[in-house]
This record gives sequence, structure tokens and C-alpha cells, in this order.
Amino acid sequence: MDVKIRIEDLTYAYGDKVALRDVTMDIPANAITVVFGPAGGGKTTLLRLINRLNDLIEGTRMSGRILLDGKDIYAPATDVIDLRRRVGMVFALPLPLPGTIRENVEYGPRLAGVRDPVRLEEIVVRSLKQAALWDEVKDRLDTPASALSGGQQQRLCLARSLALEPEVLLLDEPTSGLDPISTGRIEETLFELKQRYTIVLVPHSIQQAARVADYAAFFLMGELVEWQPGDMLFTNPRDQRTEDYITGRFG
Amino acid sequence: MRSKHWIEFAIESLIRVLGLSSIGFVLLIFLFLLKEGLPAFFEVAPENLFGVRWYPTFGLFGTLPLILGSLLVTATAIAIALPLGVATAVFVREVAPGWAREVLKPMIEVLAGIPSVVLGFFGMTVLAPLVRVTLNAPTGLTAFTGGLILAYMALPTIISVAEDALDAVPKSYRDAGLAMGATQWQTIWRVVVPAARSGILTAVMLGMGRAIGETMAVMMVTGNAARMPTTLDSLFRPVRTMTATIAAEMGEVARGSTHYHVLFGIGILLFVITFLLNLVAAGAIFKKRRRGGLR
Repeated sequence: MDVKIRIEDLTYAYGDKVALRDVTMDIPANAITVVFGPAGGGKTTLLRLINRLNDLIEGTRMSGRILLDGKDIYAPATDVIDLRRRVGMVFALPLPLPGTIRENVEYGPRLAGVRDPVRLEEIVVRSLKQAALWDEVKDRLDTPASALSGGQQQRLCLARSLALEPEVLLLDEPTSGLDPISTGRIEETLFELKQRYTIVLVPHSIQQAARVADYAAFFLMGELVEWQPGDMLFTNPRDQRTEDYITGRFG
Repeated sequence: MRSKHWIEFAIESLIRVLGLSSIGFVLLIFLFLLKEGLPAFFEVAPENLFGVRWYPTFGLFGTLPLILGSLLVTATAIAIALPLGVATAVFVREVAPGWAREVLKPMIEVLAGIPSVVLGFFGMTVLAPLVRVTLNAPTGLTAFTGGLILAYMALPTIISVAEDALDAVPKSYRDAGLAMGATQWQTIWRVVVPAARSGILTAVMLGMGRAIGETMAVMMVTGNAARMPTTLDSLFRPVRTMTATIAAEMGEVARGSTHYHVLFGIGILLFVITFLLNLVAAGAIFKKRRRGGLR
């Protein structure tokens, strides 16, 4: 397996509250790594650290390193904007930006300096197709994005991230507010996408974790309890706490 | 049990009477304005009333220079206060560190409490000479000076309300912008400000309401010459606003005379103009909302 992201001895705290404690793990390329566990385990914090979204929060402490392709993303020489273009993120709540469907997808590439209308059109079509939304919206690209259903909005957010052709996709409970059909669509999309991208997913249920995981990492109270290939972790966990959680004894 | 019921009834009635009476007072004031002002529209011919010459002693009641004067001063004030106010709100909410925000916000709100006559005095003694010298104009008491003072008066309102609007934009919008590789500035300008659009518009309307209705400071710095502001340099010439006219002339007018009724008529016009401006703004907000903007 190729390691895309390596996390070394990562400890992170908001003020006195430690969110992650001595986390060390690898995230393999072209696979879905599922990060799961009960609330407050540090999953979201881990994702936010991988594309440096917590930079603007005051009063936090961090030690350890996060390496993307072997380079420390917190090194002073790192271009944060460039990093965020390489590492896309989709949030739990679908959040279309003001404007039309087309404007939403074009937003990132435009910021990155793409101006050519032909190129932008290509990006819009490709991203919406990749996010499995194209067939539903191809006739109304210039209507407001807020008129889409929740599931469609979430796939639009996915398309918006894909428009930048990131190398890594971070997904924080992308299906938490969705019906089973929309959820199924997004999961299918993820299986397609992992051929080309490295995906880190916080699932909204253990069942989803088991369905999509190539690799799985179980977080409890800021601690990485264990991580290994998904089929191993869900059938034969090494740690008693993991077994208790996935069999539903707590959580 | 019975007495408790009675107290409940008494308090409810008292609250009802108080509430209704304040609505009643507003209505009465409005009726008074109509009663005193409407005759003007019958006593003075329309071509005189909306003419270009305001010489009440000669029976010339042309209100057009006053209306245009008010609009010119207000437009100038908004043109200055809008970019400045929104920029300050963005700075206070998005850029300034936490402790600076805690200090700046209340300080800005205190500015709104400065009495307008003090600002007018400041305008007369400091701003007007400055304008006169800088522009090499015959007088510093100009529409522009009035606009500057009004902009200053509208700023605290605009900043404070716009800051609240920016504050109400969920943090997730900022995350979404940043996660797409936008810089902090791009996120503010292309995501946060559009999302707060309707609140910022409200801020501007409130500021504008303050500006168009303001009397004292304007009267002290605009020079009060009822000339038509139709030439290009009108901005740097004296003008007279509707509010200043009412305030300056009401004291010496014979009660019940045509002049008296016309002054109240100007009050009605001012009310109608303000009302229309608010209606247009509300319409703009409503339309955007229906078109599927954010809020």
C-alpha cells in the first residue's frame, strides 16, 4: 500500500481540552479510510487538521506531524491555500454557497484562476458527473443551488470539492442528514472516486463504516484505539473496546 | 382564588391599555400631520408647490430644491458611509483579534450617542473651514460638508448592524470557503458578505433613515440656501434640506397660514419619501430571498 498521509505522534488541544492524544497512523492512497467512534473522539478535529482548517482558531496547541506525500503540512514553507486545493473537504451539513448550481461548482476553480469558459464548462460537467448529480441537474444549471433537495445539495458540495481535482477528499459525516437512497448514491460515488482519490470518511453509523471501509481507525476520547484493514477490524478487532463498540455494548 | 383572577385581569387590562395607547399616540400624530399638512396641497397650486423657487414671503412655495437638497445630502452621506461602514464591520468581525473586537464594538456604539448639535458644532468650526480651504470654495457650508457629518452620524448604526449580520453567518460558511482553497479575504468577500447581504442592506437603510431625518447638524453645516442643486458643482455649494426648512421657519410662521400648512406638507413629503425608500429596500431584500439567496 502507498501511504498518502502519515500522522506521527499527533497531540492537539483546544485550551485545556485535549482532543487528540498521541495519534500515529497511515492513510493509504486510493482507498477509503474510515475514521469512526463515539462523539467527542476527535474525528472531526483530525480531519480539520489535515487541511489546516483550525489555523484561525485561537488558543490551541499542537505537537507531532502530519505528512502529505512525505512533506510536513505544518512546515513554515507550506502554502496553505495550495494545500487546501489538494485536500478537499465536505462537511456534515450540505451548504450551497449563494448563487446557482453552476456558480457553486465553478467557485473553487475560479478562485484558483481558471477563467476560460470552455475549461470551466468541462469542469462543471465532469464534477457533477463524478458526484452522480449530473443527470438530475443538467437542465437547470443556472437555477439557485438552494432549491435542490438535501441529498442533491450534499452531492453538489461533493462536486464543488471535486471541481478542484484534489488528491485527498475529507468527508465529515457527509450522509448524516440524508435518506437511505441518497446515502446509497453517495456511497456508490465514493467507490468510484477511490480509484483516483484518497478518501478519509467519518461515517454516520457503524454500519456505514463497515460497508465502505478499506481501512478503519477507531477513535475513543481522543485516543486512536486501533487501525487496520476494514475487514479485519470489523470481524476480528484486536482491542476489547473496539469489539464492545462495534457490537453495540456502548456508544 | 377569586382575587387572584381579578388581579390577573387588572394587569392584563393595564398592559392592553398601555399598548393600545402608544399605537394611538402614533396614529394621532400622523392624523395631526395630515390635518395640518394636507390643506397645503389645496391652497397652493401644484406647479407652485413643486416649482423651483422657495420664497415663502412672496407666496412662492417651490419644494423641489428642498427635496433635491435632502436627497443630495443623504446620497452623499450614504456614498461615504456605506463602503466605510461595511469595511469597518468586516474588519471588526472578521479580521480584528478577539480582544480588539470586544473593545471596538462598544466604542463604536457609544459614538451613536453623541448629540447631533455637538456634531453640527464640530462641523461648523472644524469641518467647514477645512472644506473651504481644501476646495478653495467661497464657503465651507456645503452639501458635501452636510454629507460628511451625516455619514459620520450614520456610521455607528451601519457598523453595528452590519457587524451583527456578519456575526450571524454560520461558521460553517467560512469553513466551506476556506476548504475550497479561498484565501481569508476571498472567503469574506465572496461567501460571508453575500450571505449577510440582507442584514447589511438593513444596516444601510437604518443609517439612511437616520441621515434623511436628521435636522440640527445638517442645518448648521449646509448653508441653507434654497437653490436648485442641478449644476455639477452643486455638491460643493450650499443647499437647504426639507428638515432644515421646517426647523428654521416653523418658529416664525403664523399659525394657520398657507406657509404654516406648506411646512407641514413638507413633513408629509418627507414621510412619504422615507416610506418609499424603505419599501424599495424591503422589496429588494424580499426579491433576493425568493430568488434563493442565502437569507
